[in-house]
Amino acid sequence: MEQNLEKIFQDKIDREVRIEPKDWMPEKYRQTLIRQISQHAHSEIIGMLPEGNWITRAPSLRRKAILLAKVQDEAGHGLYLYSAAETLGISRDQMYDQLHTGKAKYSSIFNYPSLSWADMGVVGWLVDGAAIMNQVPLCRSSFGPYARAMVRVCKEESFHQRQGFEILYVLSKGTEAQRKMAQDAINRWWWPSLMMFGPKDDESPNTIQSMKWKIKRFSNDELRQKFVDVCAEQVKVLGFTLPDNDLKWNEERGHYDFGAINWDEFWQVVQGNGPCNKERLDARKKAWEEGAWVRDAALAYANKKAKQKQAAA
Amino acid sequence: MSFQINKLYYGDYGESKNGAADISTTQQNAAEWPLWEVFIRSKQGLDHKHAGSLHAADAAMAIENARDVYTRRMEGVSLWVVESKYIHASNPDEAGSLYDPANDKAYRHPTFYDLPEEVKYM
Ligand SMILES: [Fe+2]
Ligand SMILES: [Fe+2]
Ligand SMILES: [Fe+2]
Repeated sequence: MEQNLEKIFQDKIDREVRIEPKDWMPEKYRQTLIRQISQHAHSEIIGMLPEGNWITRAPSLRRKAILLAKVQDEAGHGLYLYSAAETLGISRDQMYDQLHTGKAKYSSIFNYPSLSWADMGVVGWLVDGAAIMNQVPLCRSSFGPYARAMVRVCKEESFHQRQGFEILYVLSKGTEAQRKMAQDAINRWWWPSLMMFGPKDDESPNTIQSMKWKIKRFSNDELRQKFVDVCAEQVKVLGFTLPDNDLKWNEERGHYDFGAINWDEFWQVVQGNGPCNKERLDARKKAWEEGAWVRDAALAYANKKAKQKQAAA
Repeated sequence: MSFQINKLYYGDYGESKNGAADISTTQQNAAEWPLWEVFIRSKQGLDHKHAGSLHAADAAMAIENARDVYTRRMEGVSLWVVESKYIHASNPDEAGSLYDPANDKAYRHPTFYDLPEEVKYM
């Protein structure tokens, strides 16, 4: 019976038929998705913190409005994704709990500090850029609610990247100090952005299973290469450089070669030892705890209203 | 059920040192705001279409949250919210037999009928 269901399931996947929440699915598929979607949601939520840091200090009203809108979008992305994960049977509070207790992870990129205004440009260009490259294939994920959430997310992401590039473009035409600030930000964010694509393929033992289930469509290394190729060209428009001496066009491969990634740093950050891990989680927990009375009050009020309505009926 | 999954890809960095996150799906929290399904009419004259879900304490808050979460770019002119527990769905396992009767009735479609070429506007 189980075998048969599994066959029907794989057959649907192979025919590009989306899996919906109430359909039969292997338990491991469900758990894999819960984990991936919830961690993606956590990343969107924690991802608001480095940029939220600059909202009050954005250099103009225009930039402030843009940054506010972008951060609000990220909150929305987190919410779309949490609700997609909930269709698989996990509760919202359970997911929050996993985040707050450090059991669930989020993208390591958000454990780096945003030190200058130019960081807002680089985060939009590189961090949102890398996210888009990862997320576009997820729009065709085999799980319906995830794919639909990602379609909405991707539509909204493109302004994020463009506004970031625009910030850098303006700085690139600015004073020597502004150009220096921008180059410094690029230097700090470049390598962590490459790490966003995840470990090398030969260190992601189960990518193959994930591809078979069409949760994932391209390998980490394929996407990373695509990202390097695109950025190596875009940086020329800015007149800045990427901090990699080994970066050079390889005619034969038709791709840019690039230097070795410091995976030790990646795992350190993933394991909680990045520059801002503690700060990020503390900020998140503080917001959750200090909002408790609001949640309780709203629920008490709703219950009271419902009772009054019942009594009146 | 809870077991360790060793899988690494975007948005997934493996389990933390404190062990596998519990992804069992049974725990319920009484203090959690109820779940609502959101439907949006994208423009006048079109049907409301399911957009997603969200948590809110009551219907008024659900509509306000739906506006903020699902219509930041003028995606809608009208919103419906329904508490998720009131949605009843057909069983996907029975989809075959449920829709089967429609399958063999090709005569319900206009293309089933052979009419002479001379007939116009039909
Ligand atoms: Fe996002
Ligand atoms: Fe994202
Ligand atoms: Fe974004």
